[in-house]
Amino acid sequence: MTSGAPALELRSIVKEYEGNRVLKGVSLSVRDGEIHALVGENGAGKSTLMNILFGMPVIWETGGYEGEVLLGGAPARFHSPAEAMDAGIGMVHQEFMLLPGFRVAENIKLNREPTRPNPASRVLGPKLESLDVPRMRADARRALNQVGLGIDEWIAVAGLPVGHMQFIEIAREVDKANLKLLIFDEPTAVLTETDAEKLLAIMRCLAAKGHAILFITHRLDEVLAVADRITVLRDGEVVGTPDPKATTVVRIAELMVGRPAAVTAQRRFFAPATEPVLGIENLNVDMPGERVEDVTLAVRRGEILGIGGLAGHGKLGIANGIMGLYPGSGRVIFDKALLPLNEPRLALERGLAFVSEDRRGVGLLPEESIELNIALSALEAHGRFLHPFPIQPLRVVDHRAMRAHALEMIRALDIRTTGPSQQVRRLSGGNQQKVCVARAMTLEPRLLFVSEPTRGIDVGAKQRVLEILSALNRDHDVTLVVTSSELAELRAISDRVAIVYRGRIAAVLPPDAPDADFGLAMAGESAKAA
Amino acid sequence: MAKPGIRLPGFLREFGIPRLLIAVFLVVLFAVAVATHMDLRGLISDSIVRVGRNGILVLALLPAVQGGIGLNFGLPLGIICGLVGAVISLNAGVHGIAGVGMAAGIGVTLAIPVGAGYGWLLNRTRGQEMMVGTYLGFAIVSMMSVFWLLAPFKNPTLVWAIGGRGLRTTLSLGGIYDKVLDRWLTFTVSGVRIPGGTLVVFGALCFLVWLFFRTRMGITIAAARSSTRFARAAGISDERTRVQATVLSTVLAAIGIVVFSQSYGFVQLYTAPLLMAFPAIACILIGGASVTRATIGHVLVGTFLFQSILTVALPVTSQVIQGDISETARLIIQNGMILYALTRIGRT
Repeated sequence: MTSGAPALELRSIVKEYEGNRVLKGVSLSVRDGEIHALVGENGAGKSTLMNILFGMPVIWETGGYEGEVLLGGAPARFHSPAEAMDAGIGMVHQEFMLLPGFRVAENIKLNREPTRPNPASRVLGPKLESLDVPRMRADARRALNQVGLGIDEWIAVAGLPVGHMQFIEIAREVDKANLKLLIFDEPTAVLTETDAEKLLAIMRCLAAKGHAILFITHRLDEVLAVADRITVLRDGEVVGTPDPKATTVVRIAELMVGRPAAVTAQRRFFAPATEPVLGIENLNVDMPGERVEDVTLAVRRGEILGIGGLAGHGKLGIANGIMGLYPGSGRVIFDKALLPLNEPRLALERGLAFVSEDRRGVGLLPEESIELNIALSALEAHGRFLHPFPIQPLRVVDHRAMRAHALEMIRALDIRTTGPSQQVRRLSGGNQQKVCVARAMTLEPRLLFVSEPTRGIDVGAKQRVLEILSALNRDHDVTLVVTSSELAELRAISDRVAIVYRGRIAAVLPPDAPDADFGLAMAGESAKAA
Repeated sequence: MAKPGIRLPGFLREFGIPRLLIAVFLVVLFAVAVATHMDLRGLISDSIVRVGRNGILVLALLPAVQGGIGLNFGLPLGIICGLVGAVISLNAGVHGIAGVGMAAGIGVTLAIPVGAGYGWLLNRTRGQEMMVGTYLGFAIVSMMSVFWLLAPFKNPTLVWAIGGRGLRTTLSLGGIYDKVLDRWLTFTVSGVRIPGGTLVVFGALCFLVWLFFRTRMGITIAAARSSTRFARAAGISDERTRVQATVLSTVLAAIGIVVFSQSYGFVQLYTAPLLMAFPAIACILIGGASVTRATIGHVLVGTFLFQSILTVALPVTSQVIQGDISETARLIIQNGMILYALTRIGRT
């Protein structure tokens, strides 16, 4: 690497998708030994920028880009991820790219194995050389030590904890001799808090050894903790490069959304005397990883009930069980009548609706248009958006009504889109979530389950989604059951918060209860309260 | 991998390179036909006749693709239902449009349970639909060959003259309902004869299928194809929608073969249905459909392109090179197209 030139320099990168400018002249540089954080809302252009850097085919299939990429001072233009990797760009992905059946060292050295010649290879070429296992292990060991992972390098990857896999990925990138730039794309999204802290420490350590690091994340406190420089993207433009030593999370958040991030609207706390609208008795749900055991809980008419708890303790299973998506047993009484379980159709017809935590899998038809996604459940369950015709099954879809409704929802929920016929998969996470909420609203439910409403979406959209949910409850008289991993969010919008521990309700607390009470309940150390 | 190679203008890329090549090939064939002073009007007329003849069989593939079972290689099942209908109507000696109606009616009646059973089987062999369809088709065609031989039909125009048992391989429709739909509403535009009735039936069925996919049931079928888990959450049983799609496909195939036979003038039994799925599949693929997505437009464009090539290639090539390469061209285009589509599975 040349000393003067930065490891990576981007000069006025411009990218259009079908006439839609998603990057409008972005410039930034990363020096050796520096952690440069790139932050921005979903849809700000971060992924597009990464796709350009990594030579993803999608960029070339849509007409390439304008501007210059300089790697170590030399111009570079990658047409495939392989070229980018050869040129010295290392990427640590959100999803792990490891072969589970292979050993740790094999994964780290994959396709770059040190080899020794043997008789066959002398005749038939170097492809047949034997693996130099001791050297492989030694290289892998050194890389693992660099990332501070003390595991045996000769065990299989399958079955290792998620945190370890993330560190093996990093070790693999660090082991590459020609590494010029290391990109971390939301590396802490799937890690526990301790692992995330460890990862940040390793990033600092790698930077100290002279690696240039580009760090993309949603977690602004992490940015402040490790970044030497920060670039904030909004709508495809660099809107600020605040100095991490002199800025705050709030300031960065403001830059990202372009308006001061207000604290979520305060709730009026609910009068506790209302009658229950949904009675859950001895509910068991067999949802893998989120098992529910013997939950008894009453939801009051008109309230927002939050369900919190640590991952894997079953908070997600409750809504999934009642909506019939996973096999359940027990008694559920909705509106004074028994609700049969395991019948998704019946639940919808009775006036329940569900915004799933699994947006891409359960929540949306990614290939279909926004308008169809919004209308489909109501069309299916209540026969809405059909032209009148005497014979029910022969009624044809009323496209005009569907479009009008979609436009109304796009306006009401502020869905950022090119139009109601746009494919849902082209929307950013926050806007996809709004489409999910719009579909649930279209069902005109009396009780709505919302699971992880803000997972994987950025600060601005988070706020908007929470406001929408509050308004839905307040103005349309919909009882809400919100399940979320983010306790602060639950406490901000709920009237009561139920905490789940090992599949059971550990406590039902008022949102203004002391932090300690929530902590104890999540650790399963409190008796039933409030 | 990105290939920064030749870039076509947007509208041509939309049209697709395979389609473009085939359209160019067709234009070349027509140009040669004009250059060698062939009967261009006759060729165009023949092309249109063949579009009407084959169109419904191509249309039959659409519900299957939309329903998520892929290209219906099990088309012969529906075709056999239609053939049974045709043979029964012939045996009863019903003439004219009434005969076609009776054949189609019986065919549809049989196709509903057959399609349901086929759909049930496909639900049990998910992911292998095209393979299972192909082999099921082969098996049923062979089984039905035994049936044609043993079936108790007595009408002397249908059974072998010697021995008086077993249906003939090819039953002539001359004087019964040979080309009744083609002749009905037939008209001529500047010397090109248009088989109005057949095209009206084809068009009407296209419209009905288009309409069906705008009803609640149709949208449900398409949604279940898009995402099984989404469908389950919306209270849709995707097993049911797949059976519905298979039934519709089989029913259309039954109607399709009856219309085909009246236009062709013969009912072909025994092994004739064996390979009938392949040209139909090639048509819809040439039209631009994929294994997971098809529209009426794909059916129309594909049927026209493929059938026109078949019509024009034979006379043109025999003029130019004193030999027949039309069958060779057909096999290359047909199977090449299917192969091409299979390599595209899993891409957008």
